[in-house]
Amino acid sequence: MTGSPMLFYLFAAVAVGASLLVIAQRNPVYSVLLLIGSFGALSGLYVLLDAPFVAVIQIIVYAGAIMVLFLFVVMLLNAPHEDTDYDSHVHPLLRPGPMRFGAALALAFGVELVWALTRAGQSGAFAGGAVSSVAQIGHALFTDYAFPFEVTSILILVAMMGAVVLARRD
Amino acid sequence: MVALNHYLVLSAILFAIGTAGVFVRRNLITILLSIEIMLNAVNLTFVAFGRALGSADGQIIVFFVMTVAAAEAAVGLAIVITLFRHKESLNPDSFTLLKW
Repeated sequence: MTGSPMLFYLFAAVAVGASLLVIAQRNPVYSVLLLIGSFGALSGLYVLLDAPFVAVIQIIVYAGAIMVLFLFVVMLLNAPHEDTDYDSHVHPLLRPGPMRFGAALALAFGVELVWALTRAGQSGAFAGGAVSSVAQIGHALFTDYAFPFEVTSILILVAMMGAVVLARRD
Repeated sequence: MVALNHYLVLSAILFAIGTAGVFVRRNLITILLSIEIMLNAVNLTFVAFGRALGSADGQIIVFFVMTVAAAEAAVGLAIVITLFRHKESLNPDSFTLLKW
């Protein structure tokens, strides 16, 4: 499955395009919905990487649970648009102070990473022997990773209590 | 032929987009969304390396990253709600009480 370039470039284009639009949108509701599209494309990439378990939990947990939580909060806060002290038509790279610095930093960072990775040559072709069965992952999760798995449940419990305490109206 | 490098370059581009979003946008919810983009870029790297090495560990790490992302989103959004109640604004520039 890893050798089908058409699907890879299709999913990659959707993921990058949707992520760019997430950054460019003024309305947070559109940002959240576009990010769900980006996660769908990433799920397709996981299928291409012979990881159906990750692809499914990407859809169920990320797109289904976390993004719905974001959407819920956006609508709860009545989706206020950005109130800024600069003219919103100015390009991000031309805005004052830390924003110009941050945009330039991100651009330089991306260029540097792509440059370093493309200089590494055409090594890293995928060999055979992918671990794609859910049974294998579950076996590893409940034997080698049993302790981190249990700690995860405590983390979720603490996060749940923290969210309830923080958002409570006192 | 799609090799490991293609996935790594895609992941680098997505991570840079997320970084740009954190720095450029002035809306707390969009900043949290940009953090999610970065977490997903890292997840893609883990799965691609796990596939290249023929190991299940990459997918298991992704499972834990998703758990932490869910906890981070829940607590982060609760903090956003609390901040919005205090200032009626989502602009991070309006929260300067601890700024020296």
